[in-house]
Amino acid sequence: MSAEQAKVDPMHQFTIEPLFGSEGWELGGTGLNIAFTNSALWMLITTVVLFLFVLGGMKRELVPGRWQMMVETFTGFIDDMLEANVGKAGRKYVPYIFSLFMFILFANLLGLMPLGVVGLHPFTFTSHFTVTGVLAIMSFSIVLLVGFWKHGLHFFSLFVPHGTPWPMVPVIAPIEFISFMVRPFSLGLRLFVAMMAGHVLLEVLSSFVIDGWGAGVGFGFLVGLPSFILMIGICALELLVAGIQAYVFALLTSLYINDAENLH
Amino acid sequence: MPQIAQLAETWSSQVFWLLIFFGLTFFVIGRGMVPKVMETVAHRDSQIAGDLAAAKAARDAADAQEDAWRVRENENRASAQAIVAKAKDEAAAKSEKKLKAAQARIDSKLDEAETRIAEARTAALAEVESVAVEAAQDIVSRLAGVKVTKPAATKAVKEAMNHG
Repeated sequence: MSAEQAKVDPMHQFTIEPLFGSEGWELGGTGLNIAFTNSALWMLITTVVLFLFVLGGMKRELVPGRWQMMVETFTGFIDDMLEANVGKAGRKYVPYIFSLFMFILFANLLGLMPLGVVGLHPFTFTSHFTVTGVLAIMSFSIVLLVGFWKHGLHFFSLFVPHGTPWPMVPVIAPIEFISFMVRPFSLGLRLFVAMMAGHVLLEVLSSFVIDGWGAGVGFGFLVGLPSFILMIGICALELLVAGIQAYVFALLTSLYINDAENLH
Repeated sequence: MPQIAQLAETWSSQVFWLLIFFGLTFFVIGRGMVPKVMETVAHRDSQIAGDLAAAKAARDAADAQEDAWRVRENENRASAQAIVAKAKDEAAAKSEKKLKAAQARIDSKLDEAETRIAEARTAALAEVESVAVEAAQDIVSRLAGVKVTKPAATKAVKEAMNHG
């Protein structure tokens, strides 16, 4: 067995593999390929699991069971977050923020499931900036639409914070504008980078474990075992990151919506 | 880095399927199911608040009724005492009246008896007089041999009796 074969490619897990429809499936006549890939499969799985999760909370009992309580905790959590950040007007965004938060959370968590043990290959589609970018652009578009629909051209006053002395306006406004325009990029890249970094780290550590034990018992105890212990810790950290990144995405979206709803 | 290496060939598929599945998530779960879940929560909250308010109202009503009952009870007690006092007064008045009537009856009986006694005495006296007249006639005729008429004898007896 050569060393080349045993090598683990930490990037391979992000490869998109068309499952079917790679040839003929094109969108309209645009020539854009819409093959059903492993990424799309995990989006489907995320949607179905999320649907089943929320369905379990739909019993609408006066005295909730555990599952219903759990679902109601999540809806209440999103509701409270929007009410705290946006106010009463924030309630109408609960469906969107809830969908966003739960979709990202479930995608992150499902991507971390140790399904490789039974031969399946989990795929974390939130580690692709094409996906996180679309989600970020969606949130940013909502902010723009709500802002211009509610405040018209007055929405541009967002770039002049309250109490700015007028000689400072020409300096402050471009800075505010740039920071505003950076939002969708920071929103999308943050999630993409966090998810990818975690998965790469786990993969690299697992390659240390495999290569360490492959190089002999001495290296196994010297490198493989500490790496494995570290991996367990990183796994717990990654579960935390999965929740935090979903929360950050939803929280920032609600903060941006607050700007659009209330200016400042 | 497959994210960049495969960008040209996969981005349309990624965007397309993301829009499909996130759209499904948003419209079916976010728009369809979440409001119902939140409605259940709101319904429960309002029911709890309503139950608490109803319990408070019931307690207030019970307190008010107890107060009203106490007032009524006091009124009833006062009116009962008034009735008792009235009955007592009436009874006293009635017995007094009866006593008075009985007294009157006794008095009238006494008067009657007294008159009867007086009559009897006058009758007896009259009899004594007539007896005395006859006796006086008898005695005079025997002693003096003089026949005295009855009126004269009567006159004489009356004079004698009046002089004692």
